Amino acid sequence: MAPAAIMIAVFSFWPMVQAFITSFTTGTGVNQKMADPIFYNYTRMFADRTFLRSVGNTFLYLAIEVPVMLVLAILLAQLLNNRDLKCRGLFRTMVFLPCATSLVSYALIFKSLFALDGLINTIFVNLGILETNYNFLGNTGSARAIIIIALIWRWTGYNMVFYLAGLQNIEYSVYEAAKIDGANGWKTFWKITVPLLMPTIVMTVIMSINGTLQLFDESVNLTQGGPAYSTMTMSHYIYNNAFGQGVGKFGYASAMSFFIFILVAILSAISMKVGDNRD
Amino acid sequence: MTNKKNSSAIQRRLIPTYIFLIIVSFISVFPLYWMIAAATNRSVDVARGKITFGSYALENFQNLTSQTDLWGALGNSFLYAIVQTVVALFICSLAGFGFELYHDKGKDKVFSILLLAMMIPQVATMIPLFKMISSAGLLNTVWAFILPSISTPFLIMMFRQNSRNFPIDIMEAARLDGLSEFQIYFRMYMPVMKSTYAAAAVITFMNAWNAYLWPKVVMADTRAQTMPMLIANLASGYTVDYGMLMMGVLFCSIPTMIIFFVLQKQFAEGITGSVK
Repeated sequence: MAPAAIMIAVFSFWPMVQAFITSFTTGTGVNQKMADPIFYNYTRMFADRTFLRSVGNTFLYLAIEVPVMLVLAILLAQLLNNRDLKCRGLFRTMVFLPCATSLVSYALIFKSLFALDGLINTIFVNLGILETNYNFLGNTGSARAIIIIALIWRWTGYNMVFYLAGLQNIEYSVYEAAKIDGANGWKTFWKITVPLLMPTIVMTVIMSINGTLQLFDESVNLTQGGPAYSTMTMSHYIYNNAFGQGVGKFGYASAMSFFIFILVAILSAISMKVGDNRD
Repeated sequence: MTNKKNSSAIQRRLIPTYIFLIIVSFISVFPLYWMIAAATNRSVDVARGKITFGSYALENFQNLTSQTDLWGALGNSFLYAIVQTVVALFICSLAGFGFELYHDKGKDKVFSILLLAMMIPQVATMIPLFKMISSAGLLNTVWAFILPSISTPFLIMMFRQNSRNFPIDIMEAARLDGLSEFQIYFRMYMPVMKSTYAAAAVITFMNAWNAYLWPKVVMADTRAQTMPMLIANLASGYTVDYGMLMMGVLFCSIPTMIIFFVLQKQFAEGITGSVK
């Protein structure tokens, strides 16, 4: 127990303190010195258009992906929890399957599918939907949409598993009683499923927010952040500043990473508050 | 008779549900099917939209092994993931065991502080950790890979929650029989908690195998690179050999797919982990 606590302290808390200190320094690599004025990195951050853009992108993903994915996941869990349904196990496995791929793998699969000479283009052109091949990943709107689609594809099944586990804790008789009382599917869903699943929903919301704010693999491998930084996430930009070719702006990167930390903390606190008002 | 009629009526009402589920399942599975099919085709055929299996698997495989250090990266990934799993399970289960079965006010407090670490984003600790690892001279070693992730609040919490079911009376009896606390841990706790260990092992292995950001930071040497890094490099050129790339992606996915299919129950338990 003691070793584990010490390890977390050494590898999580202490680095956090260090990151905070580093965030007040400037210079590259080993030549770090205190910034003057002391909040230089923080003022610079809010004047940095690329950074602000990466924040905007990340929030765009957050605002669209998280609700769509979670609603879809709850819906699927609800459908799959129906005892009259045949092949439940098979459907469950298939919806859950995307979780078996690594983040880099699925990013590359989606990149290839939507490439200029990829399958989606071929299908669309053959069906006559598109005249010529469209550069999905080279245009801002479609590139963002693809990242969101890919995220939903990868994580819906994952969240569904939480909801299925939650639904199994709800007595089936509750549903049967509701049916006898004449409640339709929609009503049962809102009056029984959602309230009873609330703790699970809060948890998945927090996890999804946390995960989305830290998006990295998809931004790097699907679009390289392009075109013109329009799909770059915060983590990707921070990585580029700290470890991109010949940079090493550790101070500035630390300041930005501290910003993410605060965002994660605030958003998690809000969703916990919202979910807690039931008692 | 009425029963049968009833059930067919129920099935009829479920038709929209079936259609919806079939569509969702198809979307879920198709990209993975396509990845496997593409791994057996020439790049031009893939680009032309061929989605059936071809006969170029061997050629793609040979290209992959000659242009990249596939076996090296596979070996690295397995080494890192296995070491991380074993060490993490040992440390975190011992911690979960301690926090639950010897708990008092002080320890509960320490535990709730540790949980805060779950909120810390990886990018925030990346730079200081990189400095720590590099000044310790551990860059490109297995230690660099595993050190930050062998003690995680998530795993400790998972073991702690699941330890609730551990019968404390048996511990008392064992103590009277003269077993030391470590003997209790090894001989009694570990066998009883087998299913938690299995779920924790699956999730830790998967996380380690899939890790990308951290290895990219500390494992810059090609000889130390992992599978995700290898395939990411394959795709970063201007012209991409889709057949070869998908062969690489396939190799990166096989271990996790096998775990998924064989240990799906443990995997599901692992991700829902401590939520009980």
